[in-house]
Amino acid sequence: MTEALVGEGRGANGAALVEMTMQQAINRALDTALREDPATLVFGEDVGRLGGVFRVTDGLQAAYGQNRVFDTPLAESGIVGLAVGLAMNGWRPIPELQFDGFAYPAVDQIVNQMARMHYRSRGAASMPITVRLPSFGGIQAPEHHGESLEALFAHVPGLKVVAPSDPNDAYRLLLQSIRSDDPVIYMEPKARYWDRRQVVLDGARAQAADTGGDPIGASRIARPGRHATLVAWGAMVHRCLRVAELAAEDGVDLEVLDLRWLKPIDTDGLAASVSRTRRAVVVHEAPLTAGLGAEVSSLITERVFCDLAAPVQRVTGFDVPYPAGPLEPQYLPTIDRILLAVQRTLEF
Amino acid sequence: MSNNTAQKQPELVQLLTPEGELRRHPDYPIDISAEEMRGLYRDLVLVRRVDTEAVALQRQGELGLWASLLGQEAAQIGSGRALRPGDMAFPSYREHGVAWCRGIRPRQLLSMFRGVSNGGWDPHEYGFHLYSIVIASQTLHATGYAMGVQRDGALGADGTAVICYFGDGATSQGDTSEAFNFAAVNNAPVVFFCQNNQWAISEPPERQARVPLYRRAAGFGFPGVRIDGNDVLASLAVTRAALQHAREGQGPMLIEAFTYRMGAHTTNDDPSRYRVSAELEEWRSKDPIERVRTHLTNEGIADDAFFAEVDAEAESIGERVRRECRELPDPDPLDIFHEVYAEPNGHIDRQRADFADYLASFEDADAEGVR
Ligand SMILES: Cc1ncc(C[n+]2csc(CCOP(=O)(O)OP(=O)(O)O)c2C)c(N)n1
Ligand SMILES: [Mg+2]
Repeated sequence: MTEALVGEGRGANGAALVEMTMQQAINRALDTALREDPATLVFGEDVGRLGGVFRVTDGLQAAYGQNRVFDTPLAESGIVGLAVGLAMNGWRPIPELQFDGFAYPAVDQIVNQMARMHYRSRGAASMPITVRLPSFGGIQAPEHHGESLEALFAHVPGLKVVAPSDPNDAYRLLLQSIRSDDPVIYMEPKARYWDRRQVVLDGARAQAADTGGDPIGASRIARPGRHATLVAWGAMVHRCLRVAELAAEDGVDLEVLDLRWLKPIDTDGLAASVSRTRRAVVVHEAPLTAGLGAEVSSLITERVFCDLAAPVQRVTGFDVPYPAGPLEPQYLPTIDRILLAVQRTLEF
Repeated sequence: MSNNTAQKQPELVQLLTPEGELRRHPDYPIDISAEEMRGLYRDLVLVRRVDTEAVALQRQGELGLWASLLGQEAAQIGSGRALRPGDMAFPSYREHGVAWCRGIRPRQLLSMFRGVSNGGWDPHEYGFHLYSIVIASQTLHATGYAMGVQRDGALGADGTAVICYFGDGATSQGDTSEAFNFAAVNNAPVVFFCQNNQWAISEPPERQARVPLYRRAAGFGFPGVRIDGNDVLASLAVTRAALQHAREGQGPMLIEAFTYRMGAHTTNDDPSRYRVSAELEEWRSKDPIERVRTHLTNEGIADDAFFAEVDAEAESIGERVRRECRELPDPDPLDIFHEVYAEPNGHIDRQRADFADYLASFEDADAEGVR
């Protein structure tokens, strides 16, 4: 593997601690999966020799051969359809769709086929497929390379949806997704690919089943606080942590809840946090209307209405197509827009 | 190995050899004046210059990205010059040479790659649709447009034809097969122009297909032909014939222009990770511009003064592209709310007004801007 083994050490139960980028952490999780389970397969456009356009699959074809890690023809519907067929034959596919916007051509296979095969077959055909999807904006890429599709996929019965925010979660949540017998849309925040952090690597396969403790669907308090909860996922978690630092300078103590799983959503974790802080601001990159913020806001209202001191605020992208590069910083929830929403909820 | 690989390389229409010699072809006679020949040379040199400049501008941070056409100039200029003003072209994202032939200014292309806009021109004005980033999506648009032409009764010797550009990788998309079939079934006046530049990012054609791409057409019931994509005359003559075939109501045709992507996929790409330089060397000897220059020289159609003039023009265009790129106005943040819908939309207007207030609050506070 390519990452420098900086700061390598041993964690609690003998698991290795290695500092690496998110992109390397994902690579490492794929490596672990390919090693521990001969049924896993990695495929997609340019994932082989090139190692993916973000180098996330770097070295995997050389290590595991062309049968396990292979380039497909350029066709996203084909890639996911193939995964469905392979899964029916007992394989555990980990297809990559090169960019968020190119998941749209695969929507039939994802929604009509992959998501409901287990249901239609009354459990006879499970779909242990993890679709890796470099997602969200923030890298000033051309059109169709900055989309946030979580609401679309979270809406589909039969799918699980997850979006890690840092290297350690990227590693653990990917292994969890791959080991899940259900289809998972694994959304990688490309803007955080180069974020470097310590990662707790899996020890033996035996202890791997619990993937470090948290079950599928668990959220994580990225920063505890008392005055309001910022709810976010993917790259927006990092931004909310920054907002919390700035607010702290003014004596405002913000909690940051990293939702991680966008389906299933950790309703208990969400309710517990907001009932403590009594205020919530949901932040996402996707457009406002029918975005996941609406779902989060609804869940909060349903669960802890009487604890709320102010209406739930949403800070999101606008209801317009994702804009070209230079306007991206304006479109994405800015630190100031988030701070203003915090102010609105505190002053309500 | 299958029979396919054992077969010899397929015939390829070539009218101008890499050595600059004219070749006759029974199906594609070409009658070209010295003036036109010089014009093609000028086009080739100038688009290459624009392209080189754009790559440099990206390196200097002036463009977010650039997809170079280096090596594909002949395929694009030949076919682009075969189009008539009323024809319609549907490009992918690398067709800067075709754009040039349609009258699109380089700065209009740069505005998209700089991220100043998602388009940059009115497709109707130029008979050149917006660039398509979602691979192969435009093949169906071209087919639909062509079926509109049919319904307008605009066929005949002076009728309208449609051309669609896409890459070797794009042939794997369902959209392409659907477009081939829809066009065939409806006898639509569309020419499918596939630039097989031997790479789809890091994947060679063997990863996309087991038969030469031009043969795909036969399965759908229309003619397909492979041309030397580095031969501007073959591209011109064969595209002209295919457009005429379409114009006159005889249905679609597929042209596979066999060429080579001399540069990286885009400025983000590092081709040294997946291809060997020997391949590049081999294709360098088939350069699309060199052979035209040799021909012009050998036939005495152009002299040193002409070449010097073209070079000078290229320099000044390079300089102009550089200047115009730097002068492109920064987009107004409030622009993102415009033209989302054709009809007035109160919801978007409110979001726009709120955002305008938000931006104005910084001006009042004299803050350093958006964080
Ligand atoms: C639907 C879709 N999937 C993936 C991509 C990412 N992508 C951009 S270009 C490209 C390769 C295209 O190859 P080809 O069709 O041969 O055209 P070329 O770039 O060689 O001109 C890929 C996979 C995309 N733009 N659209
Ligand atoms: Mg190609």
